[in-house]
Amino acid sequence: MTTAVPAADERLTDVDRFRRLIIRPELGAVAGAVIVFTFFAIQSPVFRSPAGVANWLDPASTLGIMAVAVALLMIGGEFDLSAGVLTGTTGLTLALLTVRFDWNVWPAMAFALVLALAIGFVNGFLVVRTRLPSFIITLSTFLMLQGINLGVTKYFTNTVSVGGIAQAPGYQAASAIFAKSVTIFGTQFRIAILWWIAVTALATWVLLRTRLGNWIFAAGGNAPAARSVGVPVTRTKIGLFMTTAFAAWLVGTILALKLTSVQANAGIGQEFEYIIAAVIGGCLLTGGYGSAIGATFGALIFGMVGKGIVYVGWDPDWYKFFLGILLLLAVLANNYVRKFAEESR
Amino acid sequence: MKPKLRLLAVVAGAAVLAACTAGGGVENSDNTGSGDNNAAGNQSGIRVAVVSHGAAGDKFWDVVKSGAEQAGRDIGANVSYQGSGDPNQQSQLIDAAVSQKVDGLVVSMANPDALQEAIGKAVDAGIPVITINSGAEKSKEFGALTHVGQTESIAGAAAGERMKRDGATKLICVIHEAGNVGLEDRCAGAARTFGGQVENLQVNVSDLNAAGSTIAAKLQSDASANGVLTLNNGVALAAVQAIETAGRTDVKLGTFDLDAQVLDAIKADKITFAIDQQPYLQGYLPVVFLALYKSNANTVGGGQPVLTGPGFVDKSNADQVAEFAGKGTR
Repeated sequence: MTTAVPAADERLTDVDRFRRLIIRPELGAVAGAVIVFTFFAIQSPVFRSPAGVANWLDPASTLGIMAVAVALLMIGGEFDLSAGVLTGTTGLTLALLTVRFDWNVWPAMAFALVLALAIGFVNGFLVVRTRLPSFIITLSTFLMLQGINLGVTKYFTNTVSVGGIAQAPGYQAASAIFAKSVTIFGTQFRIAILWWIAVTALATWVLLRTRLGNWIFAAGGNAPAARSVGVPVTRTKIGLFMTTAFAAWLVGTILALKLTSVQANAGIGQEFEYIIAAVIGGCLLTGGYGSAIGATFGALIFGMVGKGIVYVGWDPDWYKFFLGILLLLAVLANNYVRKFAEESR
Repeated sequence: MKPKLRLLAVVAGAAVLAACTAGGGVENSDNTGSGDNNAAGNQSGIRVAVVSHGAAGDKFWDVVKSGAEQAGRDIGANVSYQGSGDPNQQSQLIDAAVSQKVDGLVVSMANPDALQEAIGKAVDAGIPVITINSGAEKSKEFGALTHVGQTESIAGAAAGERMKRDGATKLICVIHEAGNVGLEDRCAGAARTFGGQVENLQVNVSDLNAAGSTIAAKLQSDASANGVLTLNNGVALAAVQAIETAGRTDVKLGTFDLDAQVLDAIKADKITFAIDQQPYLQGYLPVVFLALYKSNANTVGGGQPVLTGPGFVDKSNADQVAEFAGKGTR
């Protein structure tokens, strides 16, 4: 009826470009990565050489794949403490099936994937069903998997590691796709780096361009509200746990094929690195906020600091101290950025 | 005001990083300093990277690190020590050393398969490699110059011989990690030279309390067992208590591995001897070997591993060793 022009909706006002840039959750991690790179590159010519770059991208790649998946999960409002040890479980499954049971590498990988997805499903299902904190549920999965990894490995091999994957049929092809290096401009880069880029791109696209991405933000931001507007929170969360498990399978496979042997304690303790990388990348522990790109840069910082310390020749005894400082700075920066973002609305 | 806060955070971060660099710098100049003192000796000036499977703060590996760094100071080599118990990270540390084009590489191989590719790259790049501690069986195959470490069966044999000399007639060999091949080798070596009966007893090193009660129960139920050989310093101390609990003053206790408490127990006559694989040598010797290889194409060991153990510590030398242990070199 009315023809009056409605007053400008405050939700639609243009936020100026600078603000829009600065309120991106990954800004802190990107800036941190630039600072860390510049810092080490100035001090060590090897660090900035192609061989050096390939070297620090290698640890960043496997960490990055996990950090991106964990970031999605954290945006969805949950944790997965079993993610690290699950990389060991999938690697050990692959190793045991190929070495002890003479399977071809490909079906062994498929079996490990099914197993990982099942574990992810159980994690998610228990979390949404019991409404217990995922911290507790996945802590128990973490402990159980740790026991299974050691127990099963010992049962079949009488030792604490399984080696000899390289002799299994299908190894050459599988390792060419997952574990070997590709030569770019005369330098060998691990193929895992490409997987990392692919995973980051896919996760970013899903988060920012699809309905599923909105569901993830909604489920983590305010689950009851999300439910009431029809977001399938249960399915989203279970899917996120399965995504993390998928990433753990990918990383477990990459490492098993690269090292051709897997230790029963593989991956233990790394779950915290994934979370740290995601937090450096702008994820909030409370959920509903964060980015996949940020987690990737968080992993990049990890890789650069870890190897930078080697190249510069610092005492590695102090490595954890630097990590702690980085984490603190990242969290402070994120906290500040978020407040700034809220003011700008 | 807020942007200032942000700037502050960045500056603070840079300051911390810069402070750390300064710390590293001091250490480096320290190296050159001692190098200068040693100007009469050979100033090799080579760069050696030591990459172990020991995590930072691990007691054993800290002694290896001290040995390697002291060798660097003594012969004027630039030694960097890195360690990670994760085989993937260890292989990446080797990759890093190769990309730095170091003059020599020292690697411990707890998991040889996982390091094969990285070590292969080093060998292909013409970097001489010496393996230490574990992985002796693969050392030659991977193209290393030599291996520096303790052969477990030889060390076990020496322990068995010593137990026999000390008057034990039935020996309990305490294995603290099921499935650890090195431990099995030690007990098998002891059985070979001991002469009398040797029985293996399984305990868990991560639960020393239970380990102690298992050993006590064994001693209470088997009066003929009068020798106990433990393969770890923590288990040795648990065994000291177990022997007291069981009230068996006739039992001789010997152990592998050394620490301050084991030394005290040796001085108090509660432990007869401790076998030391002398981790200091596993850090020191390879650096010297690599310098000799670089400067004079010398190789050591004649294709056999260079043994750093078993070194025996008993009451006769415990005081002396304790003094060095206090300095972190034993």
